[in-house]
Amino acid sequence: MVFKHDIVVVGAGLAGLRAALEAANSGEVALISKVYPTRSHSGAAQGGIAAALGNEEPDSWEWHMYDTVKGGDYLTDQDVAEILARDAPRAVYELEHWGVPFNRTAEGKIAQRAFGGHTREFGKGPVKRACYAADRSGRVMMDTLYFEAVRRGVRIYSEFQMLDLIMVAGRVAGIVVYELATGEVHCFHSRIVLLSTGGFGKVFRTTSNCFANTGDGVYLAYRSGIPLEDMEFVQFHPTGIYGLGVLISEAARGEGGILRNGSGEAFMERYAPTIKDLAPRDMVSRAIHMEILQGRGIDGRDFVHLDLTHLGEKRLRERLSDISSFVRIYLGIDPARDPIPVRPTCHYMMGGIPTDLDGRVLDAHHRPVPGLFAAGECACLSLHGANRLGCNSLLDLVVFGRRAGEAMATSLGELEWEDLPRNAQDPAVSRMKRVLDRREGDRAGVIRASLQKTMTENCSVFRREGSLEKALTEIRRLMDQYRRVKVDNRGKRFNADLLEALELESLLGLAEVIVVSAKARQESRGAHYREDFPERDDGGWLKHTLVRKTGEDPEVFFKSVRITRFEPKARTY
Amino acid sequence: MEMRFRIFRYDPKVDREPVYRNYLVSAEPEERILDCLNRIRWEQDGTLSYRMSCGHGVCGSDGMRINGRCALACQKLVKDYLGSEVVVEPLPFFKVLKDLVVDVDGFLSGVMYFRPYLISSAAPPPRERSQSPEERKKVEEVIRCILCACCTGSCPVMAENEQYVGPAALVWAYRTIFDSRDDLKLERLEAVNSQKGVWACVNHLECTRACPKEIPVTKCINTLKREIEKHRSGKP
Repeated sequence: MVFKHDIVVVGAGLAGLRAALEAANSGEVALISKVYPTRSHSGAAQGGIAAALGNEEPDSWEWHMYDTVKGGDYLTDQDVAEILARDAPRAVYELEHWGVPFNRTAEGKIAQRAFGGHTREFGKGPVKRACYAADRSGRVMMDTLYFEAVRRGVRIYSEFQMLDLIMVAGRVAGIVVYELATGEVHCFHSRIVLLSTGGFGKVFRTTSNCFANTGDGVYLAYRSGIPLEDMEFVQFHPTGIYGLGVLISEAARGEGGILRNGSGEAFMERYAPTIKDLAPRDMVSRAIHMEILQGRGIDGRDFVHLDLTHLGEKRLRERLSDISSFVRIYLGIDPARDPIPVRPTCHYMMGGIPTDLDGRVLDAHHRPVPGLFAAGECACLSLHGANRLGCNSLLDLVVFGRRAGEAMATSLGELEWEDLPRNAQDPAVSRMKRVLDRREGDRAGVIRASLQKTMTENCSVFRREGSLEKALTEIRRLMDQYRRVKVDNRGKRFNADLLEALELESLLGLAEVIVVSAKARQESRGAHYREDFPERDDGGWLKHTLVRKTGEDPEVFFKSVRITRFEPKARTY
Repeated sequence: MEMRFRIFRYDPKVDREPVYRNYLVSAEPEERILDCLNRIRWEQDGTLSYRMSCGHGVCGSDGMRINGRCALACQKLVKDYLGSEVVVEPLPFFKVLKDLVVDVDGFLSGVMYFRPYLISSAAPPPRERSQSPEERKKVEEVIRCILCACCTGSCPVMAENEQYVGPAALVWAYRTIFDSRDDLKLERLEAVNSQKGVWACVNHLECTRACPKEIPVTKCINTLKREIEKHRSGKP
């Protein structure tokens, strides 16, 4: 079948929803999601959304901008950070007006709490900047925007998986999708495609990400010739539940929680004397790994403790109830009495599809691709630089989701309909058929497990030339093995077996780009830490990495960082 | 340890009737039932269908019936079922699309029926609307709903009363009715004041037992009933 809509938004998390809402009055918008929209991964965001409202104590957008830039280890493009910080209060009030049930202060304002890397007066001490709805901030925002989108007539296609981006002479003509319920392949003919497909934490073994986070949109953009930016910067959240990787929000430390090593020491005091446990995530994750490597894990093992026992049951119930319940369910412990075993878990991708300030996707010559937009975690603005601050992601989604929506609405006036090429779905159909027809080979699960193992062992918090080389060799071996991937399920309906085999191509391709980027960057900055190049090197490396697909090995090139207000200086907390 | 699973299998487009298939899975006590299902699908039988995404009880995809109780497969651990066979079935009262995948469109329309979004005619202030912590507290529990449908799948009334929208839709109605920022309280109360709404509920309490987010669902429905009575008697 061919569906025709002015705008197709791929991915129904917060970025996609916010963009769709903005564009809904200007054209016919279709929202495609491989899960039911309310299952999207924005819903797992716990801690809150940053905005200098000053509801609890004095705050300013300039401090917020500075924190974002310093948090990003000066790789952040500063004009982007300025837009974010200035627009944040408006964006949060808008969410409140739509009905998001934020927690409140005694005077009836939106309540705010401290969060990692957010400071007053350019780093003097923590500031309460995170607006929150208990520890389910993302979920209530997403539900609110989803019902608002349904109310405004955005057409929703649930359980439709994008298989291909249809480009005609460098312009977008639509997408090819797979309908999970029927196994049919359809085309969406459109003038604009917005990719808002989220992250791809599933390239790692232990992650806070959902199973759906396989980076399909990012990979399809890459395969279409779009370069990917800053892919070496992978955020490991310091406090994943040991073993599972399920997230324990930074809000736990924002509310006063303390990390302790095997001897009970509050070790963050040594690594970040000013803001201690509220240092940015890259620093805290490295600190935890250092403690573990030096034998100071709990009982010498590979985890540390997050101590919330002094917060009291009332505060845990009112502000951290979801994480309290996760700990009870998965560990069988009571956070009011027992410390929580944690270790870093893959959480967020700073890199992705390069865009301008309004979500227009940029090609290898930094020129907008007509009709193609991206927003959210799959995009790279670059706002988060080398390390994202907590609560800046939800904010990114609504601020830049809205801007992308606005720009799409404007572009409708300029963009003609491209003719849909005949048989646009054929390449995707034959790719699927090859997998379905294959009788001999390996299951996707086996290859995926090997990929996750090598990425976790060789390309996590600490990296070096040798480990990255090893990962690259292994990924390329797995890419070979993937050519013989087979499935058990040849049925047409709800065939997750086939879908996961197709998703694995994205994971493999993106893992290669992550490792190639990490190998190229011979310095340590933000979340990218090279043991063989332990210092930040602004002379050589204050620039963004871009990786483009070629017939041979991926090509690496660079572009400069936009610095407007804050010159790079030493990053201490 | 080895766990025995008996799983409901049915493709209505192909099969004449459902069957139960047996699987043996090795699992650690702390693993999730979802981990076992994944292992079955990844290692033994790729034809098994079920929904899942976040894996930790936030997205609400993997509601199903496990040993007779509606629950999220990602919130139930192997150790809760030691020594017994684990029988996994789709949510009751929902049309089966394939195996454990059910049609949730009707369920979502039920939620949508009560207009689960804030309606306020006043132009919003330049900053946030004011709401006291006490007013906000009224919705503290219901905003935990993740639309997993475990409550609706557990409710015995669903078997008898085809009109009933089910408990989840009422939780969403509650959310707007007790939101101090919403204008439409009376109209919304009138909408749930019917056999399709609150009066279908006869306090079986199964929804409350099933809710993976520990929302006191039955209590909320009874609060709605009392609120309707208060307005009816003219003493709001």
